[in-house]
Amino acid sequence: MATVEYAAALNLALREEMRRDPRVYVIGEDIVLGVPFGVTKGLAEEFGPERVLNAPISEAAIVGSALGAAMTGLRPVVDMHFADFVTCAMDEVANQIAKSRYMFGGQVDCPLVLRMPYGIGKSAGGHHSNSVEGWFINIPGLKVCIPSTPRDARGLLKTAIRDPDPVMVFEHRGLYRAVGEVPEEEELIPLGSADVKRAGSDVTVIATARMVHAALEAAELLAREGISAEVVDPRSLVPLDREALAGSVAKTHRVVIAEEGPMRGSAGAWLAWVVTEECFDDLDAPIARVAGPNVPIPFSPPLEAACTPDSEAVAAACRRVLK
Amino acid sequence: MQAPGPDQLLEMYAAMLRVRLFEERARELYAGGRIPGFIHLSVGQEAVAVGVCAALRRDDYLLSTHRGHGHLIAKGGSLRSLMAELYGKATGCCRGKGGSMHIADASVGYLGANGVLTAGCVLAPGVGLSIQMRKTDQVVVAVFGDGAANRGPFHEGVNLAALWRAPAVFVCENNRWASTTAQAVSTAGGSIAGRAAGYGIPGVTVDGNDVLAVFEACTQAVARARRGEGPSLVEARTIRWLGHYEGDPQLYRGKDEVAEGRSRDPVAHLRQILEERTLLDAADAERVEAAVRDEIDDAVAFAEASPLPDARSAFEDLFAHYPWRD
Repeated sequence: MATVEYAAALNLALREEMRRDPRVYVIGEDIVLGVPFGVTKGLAEEFGPERVLNAPISEAAIVGSALGAAMTGLRPVVDMHFADFVTCAMDEVANQIAKSRYMFGGQVDCPLVLRMPYGIGKSAGGHHSNSVEGWFINIPGLKVCIPSTPRDARGLLKTAIRDPDPVMVFEHRGLYRAVGEVPEEEELIPLGSADVKRAGSDVTVIATARMVHAALEAAELLAREGISAEVVDPRSLVPLDREALAGSVAKTHRVVIAEEGPMRGSAGAWLAWVVTEECFDDLDAPIARVAGPNVPIPFSPPLEAACTPDSEAVAAACRRVLK
Repeated sequence: MQAPGPDQLLEMYAAMLRVRLFEERARELYAGGRIPGFIHLSVGQEAVAVGVCAALRRDDYLLSTHRGHGHLIAKGGSLRSLMAELYGKATGCCRGKGGSMHIADASVGYLGANGVLTAGCVLAPGVGLSIQMRKTDQVVVAVFGDGAANRGPFHEGVNLAALWRAPAVFVCENNRWASTTAQAVSTAGGSIAGRAAGYGIPGVTVDGNDVLAVFEACTQAVARARRGEGPSLVEARTIRWLGHYEGDPQLYRGKDEVAEGRSRDPVAHLRQILEERTLLDAADAERVEAAVRDEIDDAVAFAEASPLPDARSAFEDLFAHYPWRD
C-alpha cells in the first residue's frame, strides 16, 4: 500500500488506463497544467498533446465531441473543470450521451467518462460549489459514481474508463488533498458495490463523498456516547448496491442518509425511497436525512459554513433516530 | 475536380427520386394514421441530401437533423428498416425506440437524426478526432438548418473543429425557416456561410436546389478534409415545400414561396440536365421511377408486415448489458 492524495490516485488511474488502452484520451479546460486540482498534472508529458487535449472554454463542444469520439471507437475522459459548468453542456449529457445507445436501438456504444469536480468549500460561491449528482441519477442512461477515498477514486475511475457506457464520476473537490492508502497493484472497483467504511450495530449512516468523512467523525463522537454507528458508502448511485444497504439496515434498524446536495429532490431523497422500499419492515424509526439547505451556496465563510452539512449534523440525526 | 460521370449522375437521379417518393409516401401513410408521432419531411430539399452524400463514401459519417429521412436514404441506408422505424416496428433501424426524429443507421455511418437542433455540430469535431486518432481517411459531415446556426453549439463545434483541423464538413441546409420563424427575423448577417470567415475556414453558398452545385461544393470540402486541411462550411439554400411538420397549416408564409420552390424543383432540374445530355429519355425515366416505387412498396410492405416491438424491449439497449441494475 502507498499513501497518496485523492487527486494523485485519480491521476494514477488515468495514467494506468492511458498506458493500457491507446483509445483513452482526456479532454478539458486547463488540463495540461492540471489546474486547479492537479488531477491531470503531468499527463501531457507522458502521453503528449494528442491524448491530453486542452480545450477552449466550450463545454458543449467538449462534452459533445466526447460523444462523437466514443460512438466511433475512442474512450474519452472529460474533465468538467467544475461540475457546475455541466449546465453549459446539459443537452449533450442529458439528451445526447444518455440517450444515443437507447434511441438508436443499441447500434452504438458510448463509452465515455465525465469527471465532475463538485462540492462546497473555500468560499467558491454559487457557481463553483454545487452538488449536482442528484440531477444525473434522474437521467436514465447514465451511470453515476461518487468516491470518498483515494482507493475508491482510483478503482472506480479505472472501472468507469473500461465501462462500455457513459459514467459520471463525482469527485468532491474538498477531498482532492485527502490522503489514504492505495494498493500497489492494479485494482478495479465494480460499479454497484457499496463499502462499509465503519462497522456498527445501532444505526446505519449512508453517506457519499465528503459526507462519508463527516459520518466517520460523527461515529467517533457517538462511540463516546455508547452509540455504535455503521457507515455505509454506496460508492455508486447508479447502479446502486441495494443489497448492501438493506443488509446494514437489517442489522441496525435505523437509518441516517447524509449528503451535501440540497435536501429537495436529491440523491439522498432517492436513497431514502430505496431504503423504504427494501427495508420498511426492518425500520424502527423514520429515516433521517442530512443534506444541504435549499439555497444556493453563499460566499461569505460564515454563510457557507451555515450551509455545509457536517459531522455534528450527522451525529444529531443519529441521536434523533435512536430516541 | 472530376465532374460526375454518366453512371454517377444517373445514381444521383435515382437517389433524388428515392428521397422524393419516400417522403411523399411517408406523408400519405402519416395522414392515413399508419405512422405515429411527428414527422418532418424534406420534399423540395432532395438536392442537399443527395449532393452531400454523393460526395461521401459509405464509411464516412453523417450527423443529421430532425428532417433526416432524406439524408439517411441518400447515405445508402435501408428503406425497409427506415420505414419500419417510422412505423414504430420491432424491425426498425432503432427497434422502434427512435422514430422519425431519431433514426440512425450505423452500418452506413449515419450517426443519427436529432431532435435537438445543432446537436451534430458539437459531435462532429469528436468524430473527426476519432478519425484522426484512428488514422483513417474518413470524413464526417454535420448537417444543420439555418435556424440551428443561431444556437451556441454551432459556434463551439465549428470553432473546435477548425482548431483541430478536423476532417469535418458543416453543411447548412438553409430552407429559409426556423420552424415557423423566418430567417430574416432570426438570423443576423444574412449569410451563414459568411460566418466561416470568423473561424478561418472556407465558407461557400450554393444553390441547394441544384444537386450538381451541392455535389461540387461538398466534393471540394470533403477532399480538403480528407487531405487533413480541416473543416469547411457549405450553405445550401433550398426551399421547404411542405410544413415544418406534417399537419402544419403554414399560416406564417404565403403560397408564392412554395410555388417558387416547385418552379425550381430539384428533381426535375436534374432530370432536365440528364435529358439534355441524352443520358435519360422518357422510357428510362419511367423505368427508374418504377424501380424506385418498387423499392418503396417493398419497404412499406415490410413495415406493415413487421411485428410491433415486445413491451419488454423498452428496457433493453439502455446500457451495453441487459438486464442492468438500477
